[in-house]
Amino acid sequence: MKTSKKLFLKITKPLALLLLVNLGCERDISDEAVQATFSTNRIIFSDTFSAGLEYYPYLDSKFEAFSVDTEVKYQGTASMRFDVPNEGDRNGAYAGAIFRDDNGGRDLSKYDALTFWAKASKAATINDIGFGQDFGQNKFQVSKRGLRLTTNWVKYTIPIPDASKLKQEKGMFWYAEGPENGDGYSFWIDELQFEKLGTIAQPRPSILNGDNISVNTFIGVNINVADLNQTFNLGTGEDISISSAPGYFIFSSSNPSVASVSETGVVEVLSAGNSVITATLDGVEAKGSLTINSIGSFVFAPTPVRDSNNVVSIFSDHYPNTPVDFFNGYWQPYQTTQSADFSIQGDNFLNYTNFNFVGIQFANPTLNLTDKSNLHFNMYIPNAVPSNFDFLVTIVDFGPDKVNGGGDDTRQQLFVRKSPSIVADSWITIEFSLNGLTPRNNVGLIIFENINFSSLRNLYLDNIYFYKN
Amino acid sequence: MNIKNKFSIKFLTKYFILSGLIFSISCSNDESQTITTMNEIVWADEFTIDGTPDSSKWNFDIGTGQNGWGNNELQYYTDRLQNIEVKNGMLHIKAVKEAYLGSSYTSAKITTKGVFEQKYGRYEAKIKLPWGQGLWPAFWLLGDDSNGSVIWPQIGEIDIMEYRGQQPTIVHGSIHGPGYSAGEAITKSYSLPNDRFDTDFHIFGIEWGPNYINYYVDDVLYNQITPSSLPAGAEWVFNDNNFYIILNLAVGGSFVGSPNTQTVFPQEMIVDYVRVYN
Repeated sequence: MKTSKKLFLKITKPLALLLLVNLGCERDISDEAVQATFSTNRIIFSDTFSAGLEYYPYLDSKFEAFSVDTEVKYQGTASMRFDVPNEGDRNGAYAGAIFRDDNGGRDLSKYDALTFWAKASKAATINDIGFGQDFGQNKFQVSKRGLRLTTNWVKYTIPIPDASKLKQEKGMFWYAEGPENGDGYSFWIDELQFEKLGTIAQPRPSILNGDNISVNTFIGVNINVADLNQTFNLGTGEDISISSAPGYFIFSSSNPSVASVSETGVVEVLSAGNSVITATLDGVEAKGSLTINSIGSFVFAPTPVRDSNNVVSIFSDHYPNTPVDFFNGYWQPYQTTQSADFSIQGDNFLNYTNFNFVGIQFANPTLNLTDKSNLHFNMYIPNAVPSNFDFLVTIVDFGPDKVNGGGDDTRQQLFVRKSPSIVADSWITIEFSLNGLTPRNNVGLIIFENINFSSLRNLYLDNIYFYKN
Repeated sequence: MNIKNKFSIKFLTKYFILSGLIFSISCSNDESQTITTMNEIVWADEFTIDGTPDSSKWNFDIGTGQNGWGNNELQYYTDRLQNIEVKNGMLHIKAVKEAYLGSSYTSAKITTKGVFEQKYGRYEAKIKLPWGQGLWPAFWLLGDDSNGSVIWPQIGEIDIMEYRGQQPTIVHGSIHGPGYSAGEAITKSYSLPNDRFDTDFHIFGIEWGPNYINYYVDDVLYNQITPSSLPAGAEWVFNDNNFYIILNLAVGGSFVGSPNTQTVFPQEMIVDYVRVYN
């Protein structure tokens, strides 16, 4: 109720204006007429802030990064100046802010792009620059990622993905930029405005970066349809891609009883079966799709029953876990394993995809397993166990130097061979004795890997812990 | 359709008066400008019958010509429906990326050679152009070669519209003749204000009479070429020969450069009509 009151107050001004204009008219003003009265002012900053515009820096950014510069300008009497801090600046690690219309928002539906002139004190690349961020829902946020500036004034164009959505937009402009190779610099923006260029065409929206992605999943899992972009061809002939908020897209599910998808692109898996998630933007089908292969109800790993006093846990929702440096070291260049970890009803699972090998490191501190000389973990192999399944677990003791390598490491290899107990779509419990590892008072690493050309690519892990019998 | 005709005649008249005025102020040789409006239709294709283009009006050029039609073009021209087809009242010339008889692209080119050729007239087409690096559509006239006894550029060439897919807001109108051909052609470019040529149909035309060729796009006359436009001593080859009409969509070649990874295929040049008035 409070919010709607506020909104009403905000719209009374334009309402009054409309009354004045239509003084001679006897007809009452309809509700639609009120909506159409948001300012269509296209100027954000020319030589000064336009009416209603307010500056809001990000909380952890350098607040003084923005100023109005009357020395350097593209035209007129002033420009917007942004001073990106050096690395280590005590006043803030980066420059970033939103510029918001606090007069209730503007109607930008007649424009097709945000344009501005910009230059920098050195050639630089702005991380994020765009519009539609309002510290509210950011429903129609747009960012040109990696905008490259030169030391000369150049005009830049950031197209509006679908202007018909922007009937009352507050987020006029936003940016976020950190130091370049540790060094700060300055850039200037002038003649910042929305325009109707008429030369922005050939829209090619995409979701998931245009890829067709397929996931095996379960009832209750939520998946975000991410990497949403709109690509246009500009009048100059160059293509420009802009990261675009879900609000511009209409998502749909080919089988809503299997998976639903919300307005914000969040998929919820509802039952067993298959469904394809696609999207459109302003009537144009987006490239890319998400195929949901729902296996049905998720089976949770067996609940551990050992006394927590006898356990040192690496990954479990049932025991306190020791500090872990990483669950995937992304070791270059040979590792292909990606992580797609997920949680269901608050229970967390490690999911390794495109698996060949992966390491979990816990060296801060290393573990003294002298009296907890057994390893336990649960493994789940979706779909099918490959016929050439052969799985190796290596436990590494980092030695007195407590770091990986250094010549004092010892390790024990534990082989999980193909056997009738290795089955798909079910939790397998695997336990090993570490008696072969001596000493084991500085254990810091577990490596899981395919051996002998095993083609296992996808697995879930849970309840990885060491224990005393 | 008639309304459109009337409209174009009207706007031309209007524009000619205006441009004449400007010239009379700024230029002493305005007397040499000859401006006529031609409104009697002598030949047209409105593309009303679905399928292959009307064989009583058009011939196909097939293949790759010599050195990619003299321009290092990359496409193989075919007469297949997947490259050229009349449907829903429009001619579609489609450039496709495919391996075909040694070429990496296919497209189409049609001409009125030997079917309709004449000297002078108003030549007009309404076209929606393709887009992207390396696309080169054209609507142009070529002089008759008297069974090969006269060769280019002596035969004359009038390019009513040429366009580079990577410059979606600009078209070019040119003439080629002896001493002013290829890179030295007499050319003027026209830039569409606040719009582009690949999102809607636009009218491309010339009015050609003794010692002049006027170029227009939609309702804008943007150039007049006369013998005085030529290099000193060069011969005006547009008062004697009969010319025929050509429509084609080239891929790559010296005028545009090759397509790149951003170029989206297939691409279409869509023609609503071609009309010739005397």
